[in-house]
Amino acid sequence: MSLAMVAMFVGFGLLIGTLFGFFGMGGSFLLTPALLVMGYGSDQAVGAGLAFVFATAVIATMKHRDLGQVDYKLGVLMIAGTTVGLEIGKEILNHLQHMGLGDTVLGIVYVFLLGGIGLFVSRNALKDDDGGGGIDHDADQDVEDAEIPDIAQTIQSYEVPPMVSLKGGYTISLWMILAVGFATGLLSGFLGVGGGFIRMPALFYLLGVPVPIAVGTDLFEIVFSGGIGSFLYAMEGSIKLGVVVPLLAGSALGARIGSASTSLVDEEDIKIYFGLMLVGGSISVAAQQLGKAYGIEILNTVSIVLIFGAAILVAGAVVVSAIAALREEVQPQATPAD
Amino acid sequence: MLGIENLTGPTKAAAQIGIVLLEAIILYVVYGGLSALFSDWITDSIRGE
Repeated sequence: MSLAMVAMFVGFGLLIGTLFGFFGMGGSFLLTPALLVMGYGSDQAVGAGLAFVFATAVIATMKHRDLGQVDYKLGVLMIAGTTVGLEIGKEILNHLQHMGLGDTVLGIVYVFLLGGIGLFVSRNALKDDDGGGGIDHDADQDVEDAEIPDIAQTIQSYEVPPMVSLKGGYTISLWMILAVGFATGLLSGFLGVGGGFIRMPALFYLLGVPVPIAVGTDLFEIVFSGGIGSFLYAMEGSIKLGVVVPLLAGSALGARIGSASTSLVDEEDIKIYFGLMLVGGSISVAAQQLGKAYGIEILNTVSIVLIFGAAILVAGAVVVSAIAALREEVQPQATPAD
Repeated sequence: MLGIENLTGPTKAAAQIGIVLLEAIILYVVYGGLSALFSDWITDSIRGE
């Protein structure tokens, strides 16, 4: 791998890390389609995505563990469901690859997933200028203040034994925990994502886990799902350290910049860009698939420009907003108060 | 790279994941140290102080 490629991966890692650090999600499900667009096979793109997620989650979990926001019992039970889901997701992708459909199906799933979530986030950001709606990602929120959604209250009321008592003083059926773990594991294995953007809302909306604990437990589980998933792909020689190592070097720095920016910039102001970035990612993968199917080379270039442009735009918006907020803090001191 | 080309199967997979894990821990410590050392200086520079 050339030095230019290494520098490019470090730079892309910096972008993804900044976004992950700021939004708390969105690392791998931008990385994997980006690698697909760059011409890596679906198994290599998914393998690199999982290894990247594993390492990023290790770093984030170390921070959340110190804040007491990890429910280890829930995490371990989720891992049991996730492991089965991961293996089945990987087998599905392998089967599709043997049929010669792996790249195409993965591309199509990403187009709809990124597009769907991007439109959902953008619509909510436009609708909820007052900050309402969606999930509050404030990990510092008081656990006691957390409201349990109606669906979770209903699910908690189904007493299918064995029941498990969790951090926060409530009980839930073991089978529901395993089902949520299985579904997110399936997605992780198939798409090469940590599953955080599905698991975290699922923990909150379906199981009623308070958001701060849902975030910490989700990260704890991603360590295992990412670790197990990347090990399974590494067994088949699909992990390219030349890609993962420079990406991680950039993203670990970016994650610090992103998380430091959260205390300066209102997430609601940036959310619309995040949604549009996902839509851009969706169009990018669609352009790449069309270019490949019909042999139109220019569409491949368009897809690369779109996916990198979208990431640069949003990460840039986060950093510029943070710098502007820092400078604004100085303004009152520049004007004599008395 | 790093002498793991000759390994095979689970040993090679474990070595690769181990390298990624080790890199994550090293980056956590190194970037954490750099942040502690330079964050105030960088913040003051941005503020123009």
